[in-house]
Amino acid sequence: MPEAALHRELLARMWLNRAFEEKVSELYASRVITGLLHLAIGQEAVAVGACSHLRTDDWVLGGHRSHGHAVAKGADVKRLMAEIAGRATGYCGGKGGSMHLVAMDAGFVTATGVVGGQIPLALGAAFAAKEGGRQQVAVVFFGDGAGQSGAFHESLNIASLWRLPLVFVCENNGYAEFTPLSAHTLVERLARHAETYGMPAHTLDGNDLLAVHDAMGKAVSQARAGKGPVFVECLTHRMRGHYEGDPAKYRELSQLAEWKEKDPIARFARMIETRSGLTAAEHGAIEADARARIEDAAQFAIASPWPDADEADTQVSAGHG
Amino acid sequence: MAEQSLLEAIREGLHEEMARDPAVYMLGEDVALGGPFGVTAGLAEAFGTQRVVNTPISEGAVMGLAIGAAAVGLRPVIEIMFIDFITLAMDQLVNHAAKLHYMSGGQLKIPLTVRVQCGISGNMGAQHSQSLEAWLAHVPGLKVVTPSCPADAKGLIKAAIRDDNPVVFIEHRGLYWARGEAAGAGAAVTPIGEAAVLREGEHITIATFGRQVAAALEAAAELAPQGISAEVIDLRSLQPLDMDTLVESVRKTGRLLVVHEAVSEGGIGAEIAMRVQQAAFYDLDGPILRLAAPFSPIPASSALDRFFVPGKAEILRAVRGAFRRQGAGG
Repeated sequence: MPEAALHRELLARMWLNRAFEEKVSELYASRVITGLLHLAIGQEAVAVGACSHLRTDDWVLGGHRSHGHAVAKGADVKRLMAEIAGRATGYCGGKGGSMHLVAMDAGFVTATGVVGGQIPLALGAAFAAKEGGRQQVAVVFFGDGAGQSGAFHESLNIASLWRLPLVFVCENNGYAEFTPLSAHTLVERLARHAETYGMPAHTLDGNDLLAVHDAMGKAVSQARAGKGPVFVECLTHRMRGHYEGDPAKYRELSQLAEWKEKDPIARFARMIETRSGLTAAEHGAIEADARARIEDAAQFAIASPWPDADEADTQVSAGHG
Repeated sequence: MAEQSLLEAIREGLHEEMARDPAVYMLGEDVALGGPFGVTAGLAEAFGTQRVVNTPISEGAVMGLAIGAAAVGLRPVIEIMFIDFITLAMDQLVNHAAKLHYMSGGQLKIPLTVRVQCGISGNMGAQHSQSLEAWLAHVPGLKVVTPSCPADAKGLIKAAIRDDNPVVFIEHRGLYWARGEAAGAGAAVTPIGEAAVLREGEHITIATFGRQVAAALEAAAELAPQGISAEVIDLRSLQPLDMDTLVESVRKTGRLLVVHEAVSEGGIGAEIAMRVQQAAFYDLDGPILRLAAPFSPIPASSALDRFFVPGKAEILRAVRGAFRRQGAGG
């Protein structure tokens, strides 16, 4: 894809993510959506930059803040929105919800509500990919809060030892739930752990889409070529609280203002105005198109039926076949 | 009749399934070296270390790896060296393996077999001797099986591997070298969820599994000449339980004794007692009895740990006591 077209495509994907999360927030405020929601507004460059190198048959896994990863991997936004709204037409028939999205048609294997739980699972997807011999890779997203878990450290060791085709994408947003990372560890650059386990690792500005895009391009190529895992730490910021409804009193207002300056979408748009000749009208149209698609998704979810009551305890076990 | 040990039967089942299906992989500490008891001996030589994979001592990550691989198409068999160490993998097993099929609305299947070894033998103490099957049976989405004889060991390991769900296959260490009739090459799969009535009787049902099956059969043989006809049921599958077979038996005998090596409280025995009384209350001639280990950690000393293993003598005492109290039978 020519660079100018690629830039517009990446901008559109970030807007799709942003519009999705803002719509979820709006539907939560109006009680169309209930539950425990963790939004990634402000972190779009990581999801989009990382997934832009992936094939449909590459595997992606995420955590509790993973709506955007599923959207960026190409999952159907209507079925995602319906799932988060608990509707029968959702990807999981309403049984998964916000924290447990699965969209296998798009290669989004699973998200999990257990911090760090997705990392060992991603080892397995990478192990199967390696055995399958079709140059598939796995990418796992997690936050800095997962970096102090046993699952994280055990998994770095195994991925490195077995040279699994896996890219670790750490979204270091500086907060583990309500607590700044500095209160949880002396090692605030999680990439240092990867180096300890013998894995190439990079720390970069996660609000700089092209930085993420370039680093992930190299990382995915290395994994796909059978040269083992790579760790990419993206320094970023969530503009919302830990969960929707979290007043986030633990953060300074000045900090939020500073990060708004670094908004990945505005930054990237400014950059490609000069580099790729993006006009204000074009940008407006890209945003409007994303918002229209998400509005459709919201209307689809709202119009969708609830799951039947007798579905509540079905699919506990898989039938044979 | 051809004989083999339970350990050999498991190995034969693993071998046949690995030969039958290239998606079957073995993962665990030292499995390529045969494992601590030799169950997987020879598999690496037969199938290569790419499919029989030694792992670091990282139970949680290895369990997650096996689940993730199962989610995208492999059929892994993971060995947790002692059931006591499954505690290290419980997040992955309980929050992920057991729930991913459900949470994904059926998009994911987790055809995973978890081999674990349990029980009291060799004076290994509190952290290498437990029977934790009730924890696992309590989790919707997991299946739990445990064989008491070589033929079932082979039949059940094959069933576990072929099942599209996570199945915990519990091996009692004290039975590894117990010999019995061999299942034979290519033998049938033992269906999960079916108990076996090993001895028919009229006066009391003894329901048990694993090592206590042999003790129950010995006790039943000793009771017969004294006029107490005991029916012995090997549960084989602890999740799901074969309630049809249990209830039918209790309706006939009117009495039930459940025996397990796990500690007494909150165990499989409690679940069975609840469900049997609900289904067959008016057929009962006396209270449902439970024989289990004391509700205590397991001591290391050989002078103490034997009190934690219900055997023939304890079963005889329990059965005779029941009839004495009731003023019926023997």
